[in-house]
Amino acid sequence: MIVIEDLHKSYGNQQILCGCSATVNLGEVVVVCGPSGSGKSTLIKCINGLVPFERGAITVDGVSVSSPKTDLPALRSRIGMVFQSFELYPHMTALQNVSLAQIHVLKRSRAEADARSEKILARVGLGDKRDSRPSQLSGGQQQRVSIARALAMDPQAMLFDEPTSALDPEMINEVLEVMQELALEGMTMMVVTHEMGFAQRVADRVLFMDRGQIVEDTPTAQFFTAPASERAKQFLTKVLTH
Amino acid sequence: MSDFDWGVIARSSGFLADGMALSALLVLVATVGGLILGFGLALMRLSSHRLLSVPASAYVTVMRTLPLVLVLFWFYFLVPLAIGRPVGSLASALLAFVLFEAAFYCEIVRAGISNVRNGQSDAGLATGLRRTQVLRLIILPQALRAMMPLVLNQIVIVFQDTSLVYVVSLHDFLTAASVVASRDGRATEMYTLVAVVYLVICLSTTKAAEFYRKGLPS
Repeated sequence: MIVIEDLHKSYGNQQILCGCSATVNLGEVVVVCGPSGSGKSTLIKCINGLVPFERGAITVDGVSVSSPKTDLPALRSRIGMVFQSFELYPHMTALQNVSLAQIHVLKRSRAEADARSEKILARVGLGDKRDSRPSQLSGGQQQRVSIARALAMDPQAMLFDEPTSALDPEMINEVLEVMQELALEGMTMMVVTHEMGFAQRVADRVLFMDRGQIVEDTPTAQFFTAPASERAKQFLTKVLTH
Repeated sequence: MSDFDWGVIARSSGFLADGMALSALLVLVATVGGLILGFGLALMRLSSHRLLSVPASAYVTVMRTLPLVLVLFWFYFLVPLAIGRPVGSLASALLAFVLFEAAFYCEIVRAGISNVRNGQSDAGLATGLRRTQVLRLIILPQALRAMMPLVLNQIVIVFQDTSLVYVVSLHDFLTAASVVASRDGRATEMYTLVAVVYLVICLSTTKAAEFYRKGLPS
């Protein structure tokens, strides 16, 4: 589904990603973890072309992300993305947030899009919030609306960029639950997160990144019991003892 | 108080109204034209292509350092030289105002757009919207809201600046009033009227800006 090969990315002199390769198969849930500044967010933003890269290749469902011939908006419309800071449109209601791209990208009629949005908002437990503005919603609710916004496009895969990092502790679970349900339904997911409990419960594989490299790419059970690299061991002791 | 003759206002009302109409026309054209041109300049300034951003920022810097009176003079004398035939003082004043105000509106639009969080554009692009759609549906509506108080403020400034067109012998409201004042020897009455009219118009616009700002969700 998603194939990343020898990816290199730098900002000015600073090398962010140096030679990352990974694959996410259809229906797989892959968690990306690692210390801050290890390049996790940059990696995930390269996948839908939000961040351009210098070297290497990414293909999504066989389509190259960096090829100038690729219709990038069309490709992006098939991959949902959820951001750390929600990024809901503050001048629109929850329903309008979810309907916008359906109308302007998928060319659904407003009625059709709104009907679909209502269904999806109900599915993430926010059926009664359709007319609320983002500023009237809690962080957890906002993040669920933003998941709904991505799901409304009927994506083939979902990317999550630290979806719970900006949330108060008591709201983290309501978002993780929605994500877990998605995973159970067979959605292909790539999740950058520090939530190791979620990774243990839901992920098929864990990618551990450090200083721009994917240091480990192991099945979840093995990652938590017997990580191969020293750096992953250190990271896990730090994260799990807290 | 019998020395005052407020009747002079009524007697010269037609002339004063013509002056006000000219002021209003200048404000309207300068604002609409300035906003459209300023919007284009702002997009150029925000562009990552230096070929677009450098000329735009040079233009804005030059215009903002010049006094408006100078720009009015310039266009009055330069435009006829450039196109080889005389243009009326009104046309040259309108052109000068639009080009001058565009520099200021450029900065207002730029501030409005920069005010919108970077992630908003990423969020729109990630759903498959094209750049122009992101700008039109997501960035601009938010930028416009942030800009409104500044635009109203700028309208007040433009209205006050319209009095400068006397240098190209046009009669705006203030100029018309001062003509009457010296012709009839009624300076006190006329300048009091001018002060009151400016006060009412500028104060209500400023209040509208404040009102708008308060009504915005944070």
